[in-house]
Amino acid sequence: MAGDAARIRRQNKLGKGLFLLFFIGPALLIYAVYNIYPIFATFYYSLFDWTGIQAEKTFLGLENYANLMKDRVFFRSLGNNVLLVFASVFTQIPLGLALALLLQSKIKGMRFFRTVYFLPFLMSTVAIAILWMFIYNPTFGVLNGLLSDLGLQSLQRSWLGEKSTAMGAVIATICWQFVPFYMILLRAGLTGIPEELLEAARIDGCTPWRTFTRITLPLLMPTIITSATLSTIGSLKYFDLIFVMTEGGPDSATELMATYMYKQAFRFFSMGYASAISSCMFILAFIAAVAILSLDRLRSRGGY
Amino acid sequence: MKAAKSVILYALAILWLVIAGYPYAYMFATSLKDQSGFFRDPTGLIGKYTLDSYKLVFELGLFRYFANSVIISVICVGLVIILACMVSYCLARMRFFLNRPLYFIFIAGMMIPVHTTLIPVYILTREMGLYDQLWALVGPYIAFSLPVSVIILTQFAREIPGELEEAAIMDGAGRTRTFVSVILPLLAPATATVGIYNFIHIWNEFVFALILISTKARMTLPLGLREFYAEFSVNVPGIMAALTLGSLPLLIAYFISQEKVVSGISAGAVKG
Repeated sequence: MAGDAARIRRQNKLGKGLFLLFFIGPALLIYAVYNIYPIFATFYYSLFDWTGIQAEKTFLGLENYANLMKDRVFFRSLGNNVLLVFASVFTQIPLGLALALLLQSKIKGMRFFRTVYFLPFLMSTVAIAILWMFIYNPTFGVLNGLLSDLGLQSLQRSWLGEKSTAMGAVIATICWQFVPFYMILLRAGLTGIPEELLEAARIDGCTPWRTFTRITLPLLMPTIITSATLSTIGSLKYFDLIFVMTEGGPDSATELMATYMYKQAFRFFSMGYASAISSCMFILAFIAAVAILSLDRLRSRGGY
Repeated sequence: MKAAKSVILYALAILWLVIAGYPYAYMFATSLKDQSGFFRDPTGLIGKYTLDSYKLVFELGLFRYFANSVIISVICVGLVIILACMVSYCLARMRFFLNRPLYFIFIAGMMIPVHTTLIPVYILTREMGLYDQLWALVGPYIAFSLPVSVIILTQFAREIPGELEEAAIMDGAGRTRTFVSVILPLLAPATATVGIYNFIHIWNEFVFALILISTKARMTLPLGLREFYAEFSVNVPGIMAALTLGSLPLLIAYFISQEKVVSGISAGAVKG
């Protein structure tokens, strides 16, 4: 009898093991092959001089990294990534919040406004890039056309073609794309704030501004932190739009780590060097994520 | 005072309406102009409209890109949903010693910059002989859709009351049976969200397609749009027609079910 019970238990355990294997195995295999293994492989490749096509690799140790530290284009691209992080966090999120608040005010036709406000986020990044290249086009573009209608011909320029304006133009397009996303996230956060709190503040004679800074903003902090995290990590790995619009040009004025990595890997076939850039991107994104999460933990412990 | 306030609010609302809406209107209006009409008035929205550009775009093979994108999106989204439901069921409802570590591995996947994996995925795809085939995209797309999907579905599956599952087991259903006939139907609302989220991302995905596909006939829509742009950069109405058609599926989905699409998109902002 006791033996039977043990056998059944063993069988159950075996059955559970097989079940888990069958249910988790396939997903885990794909995930490991395309997501986990490549991270280690990138670090490994970064130690070699390698075209990626020929079989032979030359071991270099950390030489790729040493060269990277002397590479002006890499630092330019890193700088552009940092600029993009700040531009994203400090323009997209405030603008998104402003729009979310605007959508909360009870003016007529809000449903229509909301529907249109969200549209930019639905277009594919490649489509946005191409569309905005026509908006910035020097000869028949919308922006220069608008300036000439306003009598500001002196301000007309080749927005994506000049080193001084290319990065700004690209950042403006990225904002256009992502503001609706943060608007939606923050709007969801705003609807989570209990109406009674705001009502109570109003009865106590709080000005709208005071209500906003003392009640709305602190209660919205978790959503803002999430948004900032997404925005920072997204900006550090940004690629698509800039690649299509400028390919990092003119003269690497809009070069990002990801576009530079792409060029090194798939134009010049320096897979080792490109992997070193990749590894740096990974480390930076990791540090940024850890930093934001621990700041968040500090903040919530401080009870702010 | 109150009137002044609402005037300001309206002004701001309309200002952003123009910023968000004009590029769309410009794209659509330009796609309906003929070339000379466009160069006569490049920024205006009204003019003599024609559907010639749309005809041209189809003749030049936009449909091929479109079909490729539909195939890859449907296959990947379907597989991701099935795989993620299976994993989530185990993570949410079963105890085993790797449960927490596995969940953590999937969460960590959300932090990984896609581009860190590009070179190894490219090499791997070549070695597997899949380079320049539509199927080459299936692996990467599934792998990168799994983390968010697993996290959303696991959180959702934890909320399912245990009694339902126990009742099924009492009735003599095995685990697989319970999963298929009890758990899956209950997960349906969450799978809709996950499906929309993944569809949008896969439909618009660019960088993996860029490095893994090189033959025109196998390109997905984002790559195809770029080809169109390179090929006829002077035919602006033609390009705008291609862009409009490329944006159409998501726009239609959005107008049919705004709430679902919006919740699908914000689903990516989950916190583990």
